[in-house]
Amino acid sequence: MTTFLNFLIIVLTIIGIVQIVRIIEIAAKLKGPQDKITTDQDNRYNALAMLIVGLGFTAFVAYSFKLWGHLILPDPVSVHGAGIKMLWDTTMILILVTFFITQTLLFVFAYKYRGREGNTALFQTHNNKLELLWTSVPAFVLTGLILFGLSTWNNTMVPDTTNAKVMEVYAQQFNWTARYAGDDNQLGKAHYTLIGGINTLGVDERDSLSHDDVVVREIHLVKDQQVLMKFRSQDVIHSAYLPHFNVQMNCVPGMSTQFAFTPTKTTKEMREDPEMIERMKFINEARAKKGEEAVEFDYVLLCNKICGSAHYNMQIKVIVETQEEFDAWMEEQDTFKTLVSTQ
Amino acid sequence: MSDHNEHHHHEETFISKYVFSTDHKMIAKQFLITAMVMGVIAILMSVFFRMQLAWPAEGYPILETFLGKWAPDGVMDPNIYLALVTIHGTIMVFFVLTGGLSGTFFNLLIPLQIGARDMASGFLNMLSYWFFFVSSVVMVISLFVTSGPAAAGWTIYPPLSALPQAMPGSGLGMTLWLVSMSLFVVSALLGGLNYIVTILNLRTKGMSMTRMPLTMWAFLVTAILGVLSFPVLLSAVLLLIFDRGFGTAFFLSDIMVQGEMLTQTGGSPVLFQHLFWFLGHPEVYIVLLPALGITSEVVSTSSRKPIFGYRAMVGSILAIGFLSFIVWGHHMFMTGMNPFLGSVFTFTTLLIAIPSAVKVFNYLTTLWKGNIQFTPAMLFSIGLVSTFISGGLTGLILGDSALDINVHDTYFVVAHFHIVMGLSAIFGMFAGIYHWFPKMYGKLMNKNLGYVHFWLTFISAYGVFYPMHFIGLAGVPRRYYSNTAFPMFDGLVEINELVTVFAILGAVAQIFFFFNFFYSIYRGKDAPQNPWRSNTLEWTTPTHDRIHGNWPGEIPSVHRWAYDYSKPGADEDFISQIVPLKEGEEEH
Repeated sequence: MTTFLNFLIIVLTIIGIVQIVRIIEIAAKLKGPQDKITTDQDNRYNALAMLIVGLGFTAFVAYSFKLWGHLILPDPVSVHGAGIKMLWDTTMILILVTFFITQTLLFVFAYKYRGREGNTALFQTHNNKLELLWTSVPAFVLTGLILFGLSTWNNTMVPDTTNAKVMEVYAQQFNWTARYAGDDNQLGKAHYTLIGGINTLGVDERDSLSHDDVVVREIHLVKDQQVLMKFRSQDVIHSAYLPHFNVQMNCVPGMSTQFAFTPTKTTKEMREDPEMIERMKFINEARAKKGEEAVEFDYVLLCNKICGSAHYNMQIKVIVETQEEFDAWMEEQDTFKTLVSTQ
Repeated sequence: MSDHNEHHHHEETFISKYVFSTDHKMIAKQFLITAMVMGVIAILMSVFFRMQLAWPAEGYPILETFLGKWAPDGVMDPNIYLALVTIHGTIMVFFVLTGGLSGTFFNLLIPLQIGARDMASGFLNMLSYWFFFVSSVVMVISLFVTSGPAAAGWTIYPPLSALPQAMPGSGLGMTLWLVSMSLFVVSALLGGLNYIVTILNLRTKGMSMTRMPLTMWAFLVTAILGVLSFPVLLSAVLLLIFDRGFGTAFFLSDIMVQGEMLTQTGGSPVLFQHLFWFLGHPEVYIVLLPALGITSEVVSTSSRKPIFGYRAMVGSILAIGFLSFIVWGHHMFMTGMNPFLGSVFTFTTLLIAIPSAVKVFNYLTTLWKGNIQFTPAMLFSIGLVSTFISGGLTGLILGDSALDINVHDTYFVVAHFHIVMGLSAIFGMFAGIYHWFPKMYGKLMNKNLGYVHFWLTFISAYGVFYPMHFIGLAGVPRRYYSNTAFPMFDGLVEINELVTVFAILGAVAQIFFFFNFFYSIYRGKDAPQNPWRSNTLEWTTPTHDRIHGNWPGEIPSVHRWAYDYSKPGADEDFISQIVPLKEGEEEH
């Protein structure tokens, strides 16, 4: 029945269009022959539409930040994230200024210089001075932007990691596992052929560095303590994405990757932040509409590289806390050695 | 060549005229129609997955009708969702915007605009189409295999695409995808070599390189990009076929998938990405440059003004073409590659903004003090300039490695490339179809339907892709079957619905186009000889008695550039390229 209705709608639409075309054509015939394909009237209407739709869109872009601005992620809560935020703001200002000027010119020109019978366009082939100007100004601005970008990139990707705590984030279809390096701050060796039973990460028991490693299903980070995250994958490429911290790195089978960063706000602080409370209210209202219970804010690490059917739900909770809280939590966890020996 | 036109007097059979034709004009139509069929499939797919994103878990009988066992009770399965986005991307990028756009307009326009009887090799040209056709057929067949079509994303990164254990789509569906793409590359190469040779060698008397319309420059550079980059894709595809079938380890290493330990070691999945993007990035410009070329022609003709800064336009096409080869790494900032390498790619990527800016300013100045005729083609061209600006600007964010960290692979990327490359290229393609339809079929398309088509398309295009930036800035990764697994995305329901509503509107708007296209072929008004009063050579060939060989007599020789619009001292506001310079008249 639905198929039939769909079919009917399509047929009716087509018949409708045919009729409209016929009416237009008959109307055009009544008006008498025209040798010009676009009439002044066409130009006037379309030019007006250009002005209204074009400038309307441009104005909407300005308004959209008010309308949807609250959807954008909160300011990054990591040390390097603050640097990225500055670069972001600078770039955004440049982009928006250019956007408004060029789009406005485009639509205003389209309206203002609409064709009219008897008008003649200006014959103008080039203007070297003008062209030099708009080649060199972007070049100049971009040079600045590139230098700013490269220094931010360098600060982010090649930080000093001498005091960083080492941990591993391990990806497999479709979950994450974390491994802490323990007191020696060194991860034991691991290899995919050693995977089996309780040893889901293939950690090498014979490597004494692995003995104090701690394998968990939740990521705990310490506020203001730099962490050096190392990434591995068991099967396909995944990407560890921590949106609140401006951190992302692919996890590639057969290869080790890493990202070092320092969180600057605990989960608790984030939950008490007035702006976040406002956001969570909005989110919980939306959840209530779907009939789901209210939630509190949590950091999350999610997969950001297509990895299979449950890609959309590959996540692990991230908690940022004080050193004391972290130590207390770590105290409760079994070391890898205990884990394996109790097997 | 001058006696070549005698050939058309041979009796032509149905097969030699419509099927295995070597006439570039017929081949152009074949490419166009094939691409339109593929385009409809890809549009439908996008409507389906947008429905899933806006109203997940809601059952739609229409989904069950189309997707069968993949949508029990009308609820889409995650695997088919991934397959739909994969095939949508593949068809749009390769079959519509490469095969369709290049195949149609390069074939139609190159001989006509440079003044040649046909392509350098009509036979290779025919082969190029038939490889494209078979490639399309294989791709469509892959939609019907039991394990589902390829689903690893249009970039088919291994190991996901290499291991059938990793997802159903990496079974037979992926094999067919790879076969289809291999055939496609062959088609692209046969076509590309032909285009280059034709433009360089078969220009008519007086048609120097600097008198060529900008369309020809854009097409030439595009063809060169294709010939240099498509073989690299072919190599990646072949190596992947080896990894999948013959136990090699080019892209595989240390893998345990779904409990099965693989023996391959020593390969690198990142190597595949280098090979893929070495094509993949030039591919963006293979899609975009022809659209910019078409627009340059349409904007100038319809503004009744010479294109502003012809030499700068040629220079920026060349610069973009060159730079497009040294920026591929910006797709891979997050692969863990050496940060220094990331710096290099950031540098080269942001440089592309300079020639792009030059092009935009030149378009704007061309409109300035023009006498703009709003044909449907002109509307789409102005639309292209708008989307090229909007999408190009967000490129400054994504190309900057530090900023890319948090928006990499999110909907921000989806918004960016759909606007700058998808919309711009499809607008260029529509502009081309409306503008050269009279040359293809001897009829005019209905302009009022064209207006309705443009305005609905333009509004829904921004309606779909502008809000998507915010979805991306909220941190939503692309290729997520649904956003429901994360409380932090729960606030995005309404904006997702808005996007989907516009997507459906945009798809419906295309009915006006398809109807207009086929209706006009049979019932359209007869086109005058030179409907847009344009200077280029194609409008000097017969409109109704279209012959293989193009000009009934001698090929006309060219005496001026293509942009003498509204030149002071002329009787009309255009002077065809075949009109000799008057006494004392300066060339520009």
